[in-house]
Amino acid sequence: MADRAPHPDTLELRERWGSFAWTPANAEEAKKIVARYPEGRQRSAVMPLLFLAQYQVGAETNTQGWLPIPVIEFVARELDMPVIRVLEVATFYTMYNIAPVGRFHVQVCGTTPCMLRGSDDLLAACKKRGMAKGHTTDDGLWTLTEVECMGNCASAPMVQINDANYEDLTPERLDHVLDELAAGRFPKEGTQDPARHTVEPVGEPTNLAAMMTENHDYRGEW
Amino acid sequence: MPKVTIDGEQIEVPDGATVLQACELAGKEIPRFCYHERLSIAGNCRMCLVEVKPGPPKPQASCALPAAEGQEIRTDSQMVKLAREGVMEFLLINHPLDCPICDQGGECDLQDQSVAYGRGGTRYYENKRAVTEKYMGPLIKTVMTRCIHCTRCVRFSEEIAGVDEIGALYRGESMQITTYLEKAAAHELSANVIDLCPVGALTSRPYAFEARPWELKKTLSIDVSDAVGANIRLDSRGREVLRALPRINDDVNEEWLSDKGRYMVDGLTRRRLDKVWIRKGGKLQAATWLDAFAAIKRAKPGASIAAIAGDVVDCETMFAAKTLLGAMGSTLLEGRQTGMSYPTGNLAAVNFNSTLAGIETADAILIVGSHVRWEAPLVNVRLRKAVKRGAKVFVVGPHWETTFPAEFLGDDAAVVHELPGHVTEALAKAERPAVIVGGAGLAAGVLDAALALDVQRDGWNGFNVLHMAASRMGGLMLGFAQKGGIADIARAEPKVVLALGADEVDWSQFAGSLKVYIGHHGDKGAHAADIILPAAAYSEKDGTYVNTEGRVQFAEKAVFAPGDAREDWTILRALADAFGVRVGFDSLAELQAKMISEVPALGVEGLASYGKLPKAGKTKAKGAIRYPIQDFYLTNPIARASVVMQRCSAELLHGEDLAEAAE
Ligand code: SF4
Ligand code: FES
Ligand code: FES
Repeated sequence: MADRAPHPDTLELRERWGSFAWTPANAEEAKKIVARYPEGRQRSAVMPLLFLAQYQVGAETNTQGWLPIPVIEFVARELDMPVIRVLEVATFYTMYNIAPVGRFHVQVCGTTPCMLRGSDDLLAACKKRGMAKGHTTDDGLWTLTEVECMGNCASAPMVQINDANYEDLTPERLDHVLDELAAGRFPKEGTQDPARHTVEPVGEPTNLAAMMTENHDYRGEW
Repeated sequence: MPKVTIDGEQIEVPDGATVLQACELAGKEIPRFCYHERLSIAGNCRMCLVEVKPGPPKPQASCALPAAEGQEIRTDSQMVKLAREGVMEFLLINHPLDCPICDQGGECDLQDQSVAYGRGGTRYYENKRAVTEKYMGPLIKTVMTRCIHCTRCVRFSEEIAGVDEIGALYRGESMQITTYLEKAAAHELSANVIDLCPVGALTSRPYAFEARPWELKKTLSIDVSDAVGANIRLDSRGREVLRALPRINDDVNEEWLSDKGRYMVDGLTRRRLDKVWIRKGGKLQAATWLDAFAAIKRAKPGASIAAIAGDVVDCETMFAAKTLLGAMGSTLLEGRQTGMSYPTGNLAAVNFNSTLAGIETADAILIVGSHVRWEAPLVNVRLRKAVKRGAKVFVVGPHWETTFPAEFLGDDAAVVHELPGHVTEALAKAERPAVIVGGAGLAAGVLDAALALDVQRDGWNGFNVLHMAASRMGGLMLGFAQKGGIADIARAEPKVVLALGADEVDWSQFAGSLKVYIGHHGDKGAHAADIILPAAAYSEKDGTYVNTEGRVQFAEKAVFAPGDAREDWTILRALADAFGVRVGFDSLAELQAKMISEVPALGVEGLASYGKLPKAGKTKAKGAIRYPIQDFYLTNPIARASVVMQRCSAELLHGEDLAEAAE
């Protein structure tokens, strides 16, 4: 994690982002978000506003979006709060990108269930396409990150790409998803197992089968 | 008042007390890192674990747990011992064992507590975390690998200083403490985080690798950099004062000290006057004491002699000068160097009557002509507390960056005569209204207008004057004031003027006088002088000081004055001999006894009583308010001689980039 640091605050960065302001649509949205919090507690809106700003930067740069220092300062001004407090939030949560990312942010889950179900192979597949952890490919298309559990363990292994989850992956299935994305198409989200709809058991249930029909008390059998 | 049992002993503790405080009341020591009496509770270090029943069967953080009726608390059980050892072991996992090269060594909470509560050895053989150093300005040196994430520094700058600049970035093991984009911490109290940091992560940059605490002689003293009179401890080795640290005094400085009071001490060894000088043909030439006394005698002043006291002199010096002048038949005494002439007949009218601690409880405060942050940073801390409790603050005078919400009413002093309706209403409705008149306000003549405001209530006097000079109240008590101020003295055209460390005077008014400078620094006063008699700085003599609220405090001598310099009173005593007059004291003790018999209040530590406020006069305030301090870091001769203060001024106020030079 030590490799996660805010993108350097340079003159070029200031020039590019110094005049960042909401688009009309986002200004509307920001107003709505701030209004959710009681008077005097507007600072609570810092997280959604940072996210909104990240999206806007993403739209402007055709990437997943990230938070340049001047944009973080913009959010601080919007909420009238000390910028160090905003930076604390932005650096705390890894879903805020504090350095530039590519068009697609490929976040491979490497936590135990996904790992047991083959996440190492997924990482290898990514590497084969030229991705490296913490880096963006030269064509600006892919940024690879290894992340912790995304809560999709029942359809492990999984990868989150920008806002979409792709589950039940194999290297081949992942390759297909990435090819589609690269071609500008939108592959189906969720499970990539043709035999599965969502996270229902594949085939017959193998666990707690007696529970299928009744509220079975297993305690005596342990 | 809940009753709790601590290690089998029952005691009653105040409502709202935490378990930690209860244990302290019972005389039990609870180790801690993040908890600090004056900061909010963070509860993140876990060092304060104790066993509490009723409650979950595991140790509990006592700093964040309210004491409740019937609790059974144990601080001496096996569970507590193991818990402390465990926490200590975890903290040390990522703390470097570099005590031999750490400046905190010998005064480090982590060191002390690991000796007292930790295991004897380590079981950790993996790699430790390392964190890059962060730049925090010319005063704070950082070794962030040592940080234990207690967040005291973050809480101090947010809660006490009111300048949000330090934060904790990232999280978990990667958490790092830094200022925003590693900018220098740039407020007047920034160095207090050095004292607060329980480990060696934040240490003093100017004092880096200078000394170990056990080599230092510790002397109780009083800060003279402003009129607050912060209680300090001077740590010295040999003839040099190496550092100044705040002492706890809840009535005055709590436990804080301004950066100037703390770091001007290196100025005590620079630009010092350590020889007698006499001006001959426009040039200063080294001379002997005898030559100097003879030259002064040759001026034959008789009663035509005046004394002007500077901002950092002690009462003893002023009294010695007063007695000498008295013996010669003169009363030409003045301490308000820049020409102010407010009436001093009733000192209550120029005193900080609400007291420094009392101003915290005010609920509506009108500040007239005071840049409080620069003129008295520690009073600013109190104002911030008052505002946090709900006080409204209004300021007459040019805008300055407050650390609390305040309304600026205008730059012209005349505003006090026609305060906006909501201000008068706020003051009238307040239970504890207060007005604070600063030096710029006095200069613009607002005193009468301020006295006319009704800020007195039953048991409450909210009329305050905030001075800037450590010598001011003492000087006024000793009569260092002429009706027309220093102009009266100039009009008297004295043959001899004794400048007692007076560096802010416009000396062109005394072109015809023999100017004798008795002081310690080669500053403005010495440049204008005809004869220079080297004297002692505040660290080099015992002295009495009276702060802006009329609090009499004693400072002790830490080191000897350099070279030929002598304690001021001995110089004035010798001058008496040269003039052939008797002053009636031959020792400091005799001098003090005589001073106390004349002004008894100076003999009692604590608040002097000045009686009731006078009736307001009719003087009209007018003119634009101009704050006298142009540069917070360079307000007195000691600070101006200090390399550290010069650097702060250049970097923090004038934006010069000196960061590289330090590396
Ligand atoms: S730098 Fe010192 S005071 Fe600040 S969090 Fe770290 S250990 Fe605590
Ligand atoms: S472990 Fe990968 S989603 Fe839970
Ligand atoms: S002192 Fe209680 S958790 Fe730190």
